[in-house]
Parts: sequence; structure tokens; C-alpha cells
Amino acid sequence: MIHAALFILFGVAVLAVPLCRLLPRLGPLVIAAIPLVLGCWFATMLPAVGAGEVIVAPMNWLAALDIDLGLRLDGLSLMFALLICFIGSLVLLYASAYLSYEQGLGRFMGMLIGFMGAMLGLVLADNLIVLFVFWELTSVLSFVLIGFEYKRDAARNAALQALLVTGLGGLALLAGLILLGIAAGGYTMSAVFAADITGHALYPAALVLVLLGAFTKSAIWPFHFWLPNAMEAPSPVSARRHSATMVKAGVYIIARLHPAMSGPVMWDDTLALFGGGTMLLAAINAARQTQLKKILAYSTISSLGTLVMLIGLGASKAAAAYLIAHGLFKGCLFLVAGAMTKHTGLKDPDRISGLLRTAPVLATAGIIGGLSMAGMFPLIGFVGKELLLKAGLHHPEWAVPATVAAALAGTLTVMAAVMVAMRPALAKASEGDLDSRKRLDPRLLVGPVVLALGGVVAGLAPTLFAEPLVGAVRMSIDGGELPEKTELRWLKLLWPATLATYLSIAALIVGTLLFFARGHYRRGLAFVDRIGPLLPERLYNSSVAGVLWLAGFVTAILQNGSLQSYVRVTLGVTFAVCAFAFARAGMGNAVDVVLSDVTLIDIVLLLAIVVGAVAAVFQKTALASVAAMGATGFALALVYGLYGAPDVATTQFAVETLIVIIFVLVIFHLPKYLSVSPFWRRAADGVLALLFGGLMTAFAIRVLGGPGPETISSFYAERSYEEAYGRNVVNVILVDFRALDTLGEVFVIGIAAIGVYTLLRLRAPKPEAAS
Amino acid sequence: MNSLIFRTATNVILPVMLLLSVVVLLRGHNEPGGGFVGGLLAASGFTLYGLANGHAAALARLRVPPIALVGAGVVAATISGLPAMFVGEPFLKGLWFTLDIPGYPGGIKLGTPVLFDIGVYLVVLGGTALMALTLEAYRDDAAVGG
Repeated sequence: MIHAALFILFGVAVLAVPLCRLLPRLGPLVIAAIPLVLGCWFATMLPAVGAGEVIVAPMNWLAALDIDLGLRLDGLSLMFALLICFIGSLVLLYASAYLSYEQGLGRFMGMLIGFMGAMLGLVLADNLIVLFVFWELTSVLSFVLIGFEYKRDAARNAALQALLVTGLGGLALLAGLILLGIAAGGYTMSAVFAADITGHALYPAALVLVLLGAFTKSAIWPFHFWLPNAMEAPSPVSARRHSATMVKAGVYIIARLHPAMSGPVMWDDTLALFGGGTMLLAAINAARQTQLKKILAYSTISSLGTLVMLIGLGASKAAAAYLIAHGLFKGCLFLVAGAMTKHTGLKDPDRISGLLRTAPVLATAGIIGGLSMAGMFPLIGFVGKELLLKAGLHHPEWAVPATVAAALAGTLTVMAAVMVAMRPALAKASEGDLDSRKRLDPRLLVGPVVLALGGVVAGLAPTLFAEPLVGAVRMSIDGGELPEKTELRWLKLLWPATLATYLSIAALIVGTLLFFARGHYRRGLAFVDRIGPLLPERLYNSSVAGVLWLAGFVTAILQNGSLQSYVRVTLGVTFAVCAFAFARAGMGNAVDVVLSDVTLIDIVLLLAIVVGAVAAVFQKTALASVAAMGATGFALALVYGLYGAPDVATTQFAVETLIVIIFVLVIFHLPKYLSVSPFWRRAADGVLALLFGGLMTAFAIRVLGGPGPETISSFYAERSYEEAYGRNVVNVILVDFRALDTLGEVFVIGIAAIGVYTLLRLRAPKPEAAS
Repeated sequence: MNSLIFRTATNVILPVMLLLSVVVLLRGHNEPGGGFVGGLLAASGFTLYGLANGHAAALARLRVPPIALVGAGVVAATISGLPAMFVGEPFLKGLWFTLDIPGYPGGIKLGTPVLFDIGVYLVVLGGTALMALTLEAYRDDAAVGG
């Protein structure tokens, strides 16, 4: 049943474009409603999962490789599934008002819902390899989403940067997951949790690789730079919102593997250090930005750092509560920021004002979201921030640095929240400024309002969904039993007051004061731009440039454009390698060549082949050579037909025909040859050709003598009709026994054809000339 | 190759080759043939037609853009592997059933491998036609220009 959710999302992703074209008004709404329904369905699982149940749904996939498509729903997965479905539905609704069909709404919704399917698969996968497949899918879909406005340079560059950084991390993750699977003796979650990973020799390597993958995806320092760039790219706001979803994938995998990988020094301290550092650095950066998008981007990085740090500190309750809080207030603020820009045409929050008068609903939702981000009670954001400070204070080793960093980051987050949400809503604006504002489509308001209300409800009535969810997530992150009691009541955290409470209130006051001094703050930190806060990004840029230079260098040597040298190199290398292998292995029990078996028809065909080949070499024009080669091919096809391979023969006939035609078409554009190569060159080529031909002959004789072929053919011949209901063994092998291979080849043919087409079109004459 | 005989001949040859290609495709499971050869035959038909009448005419006879055939074929072949997953078998495992037709003893055996083979047919037809007809476009343009 859980699988159906995935199939539905991917199915809708495929159908989105035609649906939006046929039903321009209703289609997008239907699409937006689907994740809502799925979210409600997941919500019905909350009582069971909240009680500590883990639902596993097996499904067969690649049984031979020990990979199955099983899904697993526990607290952590459920929390992410709910966030993905509900926020996703709101984002889709929002997008339907943001874009028109002509601007690519169908394409956009299809990509977005496909992305949601990939995220859902990622958080539900029970198998490490399947998890990785979905992980890569999110990277690829994120690439197309960031580059949605693909005609603009900035969008393409940001998309490529995101793809390269997360793709590189993905490779590291794949290696890490494979090592993990080897260490655990299986790729399912239960195998990983059951095994003693930390004691295994592969543990350090797996840890480094997995964290590399998670850190790149979750924009943890030093891989953080792609996220602000991706969000700055000229794309619809909901495309940026998706990045905020995707970056949580890194947090997810850290939380998911925490019970198996947690070890005092390497895992926990690495997470605490990198997470805490990212939290603080990004918060410092967020508060000095002047653009809505950039403030939100850096504050998202700061939150991700917070989550990673909390997992490292072992504070699963704080991490879970913060995850809910962040999902609600950041989702709200992203949508508010987009609507603000749409409403006023401005991107700098310092210049937007009077929003409470012209767009009261939006402004109120923004204020609530901003308060939650700032950590104001009784909102869920307060609970998250309070638990964060407590986690820092109560940690045995990291108490002082963690608390100081959390308090500082919290103060700066308050400052950012005031900049993004409060000031635009409350500041007075001049009359003339207000006239030019655009009316807001109600669909742009639904998301902000619902998410702001979610933050209020989660704060005021924690028993409704926040507490059972956080309890179940704690169980997933700690990897033990369901904790007895998970309480998130804001009043209890506020009174009796503890050091955490004082810190939290101080952060609110100081952060607000800092907001009024933001000019000084920005000037004071302006030097950061000069000394290069983007050092990792510079490193990235120079390595990309280095790779491109290397590629150019290698291409200039290997891909020099001379077909002759390609053929020479290919044949020469193949000959050298195979001849070496032959020299070592000898001829073995090669088949005896009995000349008396040769019949007259064999001799005739052989003569035809030889005459064709010789004629091809000595022709004066390319066309005649091709025709002669065609004769060789047809004679060869007759040999196949004669010796019981009619399928191969007919295919060879068809291929030969087409090759001759295509050659003729190509030759049309080539210079007349034979004057090109000097005699010695042709002689050398002739020697190489003869050597290669001789090698292939020896190869055939050697192989026929081996024991292999008979058993393989009889295996297929026996089973062909019984198991696959076909009498043509060749065809049955292609479409049934080895169908996966054929599918791969089908893709290769398709890609090759498109590649040839593209190359030819690049230099093709203009269409007008063709007609 | 502006020959009246050639053009007239391809007019007749094209439908025959297409019919033949479908026969070869469908009988492939039991007799020599299959999607690959079938697709090549059909592509040869269009390529010949294009040689005689120009690539534009061949594209018009094909009706569907070759690149769309490639896409449709890839999708068909992939989809053919999905039903097995719904009955708990691995991806691409062949499933068979018999279609009963009144007056046709034994009915017709249909299975997911048939769809798979049709996908192969479409990809080979589309891919080959794409390459050959694009090359013919070059030749036609050059013929017009020179």
C-alpha cells in the first residue's frame, strides 16, 4: 500500500503536462490535491507509528542482486513523508498561481511532483541501494528545477553547480553505503541496525564517505555555497523552496544511520563540530544579507547545521522538534517572501513596507512565521529553540561551545526573522509606493496561512500531532524503544525558568536590538566579502576549470577528429591486449580444423567474401569500396543462414543494406580519397588489419574448442518454450531471459540516435534552405 | 537519384516492407524475426523512400517524428517490465495470458514480451530513420543548393 503512494506520484509526474494543457484551470488543482490526499493517508498512520510500530512493506525487485524495493515506515520516515506531502501540496497550489501554462506550468508541476516522489522514496526506502537511487533522482530533478528558466545563464550555472556538488557527494555516498552494506552483511535497514558497524574495519571509511554525501546534500560547511546560488537563480520561488526540502535529505540520512553509526569520537563529534560551525557561520551570514532569497538561504543552511549538530549531540528530542518547527516556519516564510516579491516587485526587505495595510493576510502569516523562526512562545519555534539550548547546556563535553554557538546563532536568527517578516509588514510606507502593488491571487495565500497556523497549533496543542511524532522520531534516531514520555509543552519550558529560558529571552531582545543596528552590522562584516568567505566556492570554481582544461587536453590528443587514427588505435590496442592474453594462455584445447569438412558452397561463399574484401581495398572511389564491402557482408550473412542462425542472417542483411545506404549518404560529403594516405601508411594499415583478422580467427578457433557454448545453448533451448512460451530461442533470450540487457541496449540505441541527430543538426543548413 | 522508376517502385515497396516488418516483428517469438529485424526492415523502407522522394516526403509518410518513435519505444519497453512487479515478480519477468477470439481455436497468446519487442521495434525504427533521414536531409539540401 505504501508503494502505491510512490507510483501515484511518479504517474502524476508523467501526466502533469497533458493534464495542465487539457484542463488549464482544474488540472493544476487536481495535481496539487494528490499529495494532500497522500499526506492525509500518511497522517492516519500516526497513531500506530506514534505507538512505536514500524510498518514494513516488501516488494521484489532485483532478487539476483539482493536488492528489493521494500519500504519502511517508522517515526523518522513518517515525519518526512508528512512534511513532503503537505508542504508539497501547498507549494504546488502556490506554483499554479505563480506560473501560467505558457510559462511552463505543466512541466514545472510534473518536475516538482516527480521530485516529491523521489524524496518520498528516499525517506521510505528500506534498502540502502534503493535509497541511493532515489537520492540521485532528487539530485537530477533538483538540477532541472533550479535550471527551470534554462534560457538564463545564472539559472544554468547554479543548476550545474548544485548537480556537480551533490553529484560528487552522491558518488561518495554510494561508496559509503556499499561499504556499510559489506560491514553489515546486507543492505536492508534491519541488517544495518543489527550489525556491529562501529567495530568493523570498514567503519571509518564508510563514515567519511557517508558524511561527505550527507554534507554536500545538506549544504554543510564547506559544501554550503551551492545552496545560496541555487536560490538566487532566476527561478520560480517554489523551485527554491524545493531546495529547502532536498537539503533535508542529508539530515535524513544522518538521522537514519545514527543508531548504527553513532560512536563517541568520530561520528558524534564530527557532526557536532561541522553542524555547530555551519549553524553559526550561516547565521552570521544570513543577518548581513540584503535580499529576501539570500537571507532565507543562509538561515536554511544555519538550520541544517543546527539539526546536524543536535543529532551529533545525541539530542534526538530537540532535533525532532526543531525539524517540525523548521519545516513549518521556513516553508511559510519562503512562500511569504515569494508572494511579497510578486506583490511589490521588490526583493530587498528593507525597501518593502506597509504590507499589513495592502496585504493583511500575507503580512500576518509572515509575522507568525517570523515569530516562530525567532523562537517566540507559544509557537512551535520556541519549543525547538528552547530544546536546542537545553541540549547544549546539558551536554557533558560540549556544553560551553555548543551553548554559546546556539545562543549566538539564535540571536542572529531573531535579527534575520525581523528583517524578513516583521519590518516589511509593520514599517510605514509612503502613499505613492502603495499604488503600484498587484493584487494577490488567493492561491498564493493558502500556503503561508496554513503553515503559520500549523506552527500555532503545534505550539498550543502539542498532543495533537507534535508529541507522538517527535516521540516516534526519537525512537528512530536513538534506535531503541519508544521513549516513555515526550512532552513539548511550551509553558513547562518557560516556567519555572532555567538558564535556557533566560538565554532564549535574551536572544529575542538582543536580536531585535541588533536589527535596528543592522547598518553597522553589515558594514562591520563587509570585510568578509573581501577576505573571501567563499573560499570553498573558489576552490570549486578552480577545480571545475581544471577538469575542463584536462578534458580539453585529453580530447585534443585522443579525439583529434581523424577517423583513421581512431580505427588504428582501437584495432592496435585490442590486438595488443588480446595477443598478450593469447601469449600467456596459449591455444588450449582449440578445435581441430578439418579441411575435409569444407563443402563446395563454403568455398564459394569464402571466395565471395575474400574477393569483396580485396576489391574494397583496391577501389579508386569510396563509393565502390563501400559497395564491395557490402558484398562481403551479404556473403557473410549467407554463411549465417547456412549454419542455422537465420535470425542473425536476416539481421545482418538488414544491417548491411542500411550501412551501405548510410555510407553512401555520408560519402557524399567526404573528399574523394586514395590521394590522402601515402603508400607506406596504407601498407602499415594493411599489416594491422591482417594481424587483427588473424587474431580474430585464432580467437574463434580457440573459443569453439572450449566447453562453454554447448551447455549454454542447451540451457536456453530447453527452457525457451517451457518457461517463456517461444520457439525462437534467439528472440526469447533477447526479450525474456536477458530482457534487462536488451532494455539497456534499447536505451543506448535511442541515446545514440539522438546524439547523431544533434550532431548533424548542429551543422545542418537552415530549414528554409531545405524546403 | 532522381529516377522515375525508383520513385514509383518505392511507392509500392514501402507499404510491402512495412507489412513485412510487422509480420517479422510478430512472428519473432516462434520463427526467425523479432523487433530488431522488424525495426530495421521498416527503417530501410523509409530510408529507400527518402532516397527516392527526398527526406521531407519520407518524414511526411512516417507522420510521427522519428525522435518521438524512439521515445515511445523506450517507454513501451520499460512499461512492459512493470506489470510483473505488481504480481510480486522481478522487473521485466514475462507474463502471458491467452486472448480468446470466437472462431479462432486456441485464441491468441499475448504477453508482456510482445510489448517489449514492439518497444525494440519502435526504437530501432525511430533511431535508424532518424539517422538516415537526417543524413538524407543534408544530401537534399546540397542538391538544392548546388
